[in-house]
Amino acid sequence: MEQYVVALSKYFIAIFMAVYTYESFSVFRFRGEKRQRGIYTRQVLLLFFVHFTSFLTICIETGDLQYLFFYAFQQLAVFAVIVLSELIYPTANKLVVNNMCMLLVIGFIMLTRLDLGRAVRQFVIVLVSIAAAMCVPWLLKRFREIKDISWLYALLGILPLGVVLILGNTTYGSKLSYSVFGLSFQPSEFIKIIFVFFVAAAFYKSTSLLQVAYATAVAGIHVLILAASRDLGSALIFFVTYVLMLFLATKNFWYLLLGIVGGCGASVVAYQLFGHVKNRVQAWRDPWTVIAGEGYQVAQSLFSLGRGGLFGLGLFQGAPDDIPKVERDFIFSAVAEEMGLIVALCVIMTALSCFIMFMNIAMRMRDKFYQLIAFGIGVLYIFQVFLTIGGVTKFIPMTGVTLPLVSYGGSSVMATLLMFAVIEGLYIIRQDEGATNVEQRKIKENGQPAETAEKEETAETEENP
Amino acid sequence: MLVTYFFVFLFLGMMTYICVYAYQNKEVMINNSYNAGQQILVAQNRRGSIMSRDGEVLAETTVGPDGSETRTYPYDSLFSHVVGYSTKGKTGIESRMNYYLIQSNIPITEKMNNGMLEKKNSGDNVYTTLDVKLQEAANRALGVYEGAIIATDPRTGEVLAMVSKPDFNPNEIADIWEELLEDDESGLLLNRAAQGLYPPGSTFKIVTALEYIRENPSNYTDYGFTCNGAVNIDGSRIQCYHGVNHGKVDFAKSFAKSCNASYANMGTRLDINSFGTTLDKLLFGKPLPFELESAVSRIQIKEDMTTEEQMQTAIGQGETVVSPLHMNMITCAIANDGVLRHLYVVDRVENANGAVIKRFSSSGTTKMMSEQEAGILQGLMREVVETGTGTKLLDKPYTAAGKTGSAEYNSERDSHAWFTGFAPVEDPEICVTVLIEGAGSGSDYAVPMARRVFDAYFDMKE
Repeated sequence: MEQYVVALSKYFIAIFMAVYTYESFSVFRFRGEKRQRGIYTRQVLLLFFVHFTSFLTICIETGDLQYLFFYAFQQLAVFAVIVLSELIYPTANKLVVNNMCMLLVIGFIMLTRLDLGRAVRQFVIVLVSIAAAMCVPWLLKRFREIKDISWLYALLGILPLGVVLILGNTTYGSKLSYSVFGLSFQPSEFIKIIFVFFVAAAFYKSTSLLQVAYATAVAGIHVLILAASRDLGSALIFFVTYVLMLFLATKNFWYLLLGIVGGCGASVVAYQLFGHVKNRVQAWRDPWTVIAGEGYQVAQSLFSLGRGGLFGLGLFQGAPDDIPKVERDFIFSAVAEEMGLIVALCVIMTALSCFIMFMNIAMRMRDKFYQLIAFGIGVLYIFQVFLTIGGVTKFIPMTGVTLPLVSYGGSSVMATLLMFAVIEGLYIIRQDEGATNVEQRKIKENGQPAETAEKEETAETEENP
Repeated sequence: MLVTYFFVFLFLGMMTYICVYAYQNKEVMINNSYNAGQQILVAQNRRGSIMSRDGEVLAETTVGPDGSETRTYPYDSLFSHVVGYSTKGKTGIESRMNYYLIQSNIPITEKMNNGMLEKKNSGDNVYTTLDVKLQEAANRALGVYEGAIIATDPRTGEVLAMVSKPDFNPNEIADIWEELLEDDESGLLLNRAAQGLYPPGSTFKIVTALEYIRENPSNYTDYGFTCNGAVNIDGSRIQCYHGVNHGKVDFAKSFAKSCNASYANMGTRLDINSFGTTLDKLLFGKPLPFELESAVSRIQIKEDMTTEEQMQTAIGQGETVVSPLHMNMITCAIANDGVLRHLYVVDRVENANGAVIKRFSSSGTTKMMSEQEAGILQGLMREVVETGTGTKLLDKPYTAAGKTGSAEYNSERDSHAWFTGFAPVEDPEICVTVLIEGAGSGSDYAVPMARRVFDAYFDMKE
């Protein structure tokens, strides 16, 4: 009986995951509340199946029942998130909640398989983060003054980064984090969110040349500090997010072009300046000739990818431990090896589904400040996903960033959960506005965003004017 | 919206790339020594079998009652070098096709069933182009001698037989391993057919003749020479085999009688640059296009060659060494109107149920000479059988052609016996190359062995 479960489980997991992914895209096709509700319920069920089947396999493979307890806690937490978000914020977007849970669950499965201790640690951090994230939508709604304090965001961003840079220089040379109360803490993950708020605050009223110059200068300081701390992955994410937000705010293609040219120039400079950039480019172009050195990690990651096949080798059947740092930057390869290419691609699609929903929400926001925030977070998120997955599959050079929600890393998972919560907050604000007084707001604001939002009015709001 | 579309397309591109990359590079990656994948596959699948072209088992993995696996070779030493072994490292086809042998492409339903029963999956089977009957004939022909015999089909590039002696029994490789390591005299593990390098002797006259025809396309038939058992040029002396006096010889007769004096004389008249180009096209000094391990033939051609060196090179002595495989390839090109179809030994991979997983064929072609040049050489090689050193191949139901060689390898004038040729002349189907270490003259020893292989081939056809 046990062998039946192990032999069949990977196929079932792949099928459940594929159906789940299909559902998370079919949401975009239906506007009716009822049909969407059906999809969301099915998604929760599929999520449960994937989670349960995986942990059943883990228990059988290890013969260790403590995994079952861990699973029970995880299951409780996931259902708590789904039920509580429904109870506290009935108008919250359920696709974002479901996708978030799915990615967390895939992360839990893989981390449990790789390193139980780390998985438990990650689980505790997720619990704390979710508790914090639950307050975010309420805070956003309660404090509307947050639009006019761009200087504060700038300070909140630059100061901690600067501290890391200085501390890092005097201690380890290239340190990205510091410890508070014994917990290692990586500020750049959180400053991403503050940075998005800064750019939104800077541009929501005016996009005059002066304002653009001011924002660009502050953004430049962020990027330079990160580059100086040798955190080039984050520097790149900040840069791209800024350029795209600037483009959205101004609708000026010249800024976009300027940004692209500047980015290319900066890449060349970074390549010349930093030895580890050269190493990574070398490992990307041909990991095989430097397999004993710089190419080792990428080569092992590609091996994992090649070994898996469509359905994977099955949990505990592969050798993802051969990849150094697999639980952080290379978790995607571990998923591809043991759960298969289908599940791995579904993880990418799920992330993409989140992104499309973020962008939909951004386009529907009437308030330009909120629109910019939703847009910025969307870009922040998807670009990081692109960097990490592209890096571990040799699509682009490795940058050393985590796969949000799936990878091990407390700061990363907490920051991502807060980002998702901000999006939910914005969505709830929009839903509530739509439900109270659509007509009044139209006359009052009558601006660009109001018109675009009008065109893409959701079915839900139309049904209750 | 633009940004959304951009990222969606970027991700679609990346996902396509991931699938294509994982699929295309699977084989290269699994064979990388840094990859743990091999051990994983070995634990899951039972190694597949290696079969002859007609479906005889050449290597298989049997499972004992206690579940232990043994790799067995039903023909014992017959295919020892070409099929190789897979314990104590891997050689031959066992090594080359390792990736396919440890995979299992049985249907998913069967895999699931095996998983439930805790059974290993049956690995994929490799079908070779080798013919058991021809391999046996070549093995018998070589008998107690040390050397190599290769038989190939020049029309397709299939290797039909590849024998190398001394050989070993791969079933006993684990038991004899220590002995093998200590004994570095006999070179038991060396596949002489592909990895052995020998002075080509008179078989190299094929190359010298080709170069002479190239340099004198309109009047090479006017060539004439009077042999008196030896030739002296610039104080260097070249003797004919056993000092035989060939008298007055023309171009064709020099070749048929394998007159060293005449060819040494021809060698002093060749243009070094042109010769270099010809040797390049014939793959001298280059890795051979062959899937199993093979040696690179060596020849020394330089601007300031002494007359002695020129003469030695022209008759296949001196610094030149070639492998029997390389000589067979040149013969194939002549038989196939100037074009070498790259030789191959693996035809296809099938899953345990007989469904074809992958088909192989010749990896390509190399144009070694023009059709006219090949035609002229075919005529010269036929003349060898009709009136020259290969008359032991006359009076057969098939028409054979070829060139003998007796390559001296020490100062005592001991020689390796060579023969390389093809049949039937009208439309060549089989090329046979024979090399016997230290046996003596090609016409006495190598030609009869080639004849037995030809006989077996044409008997089989009837």
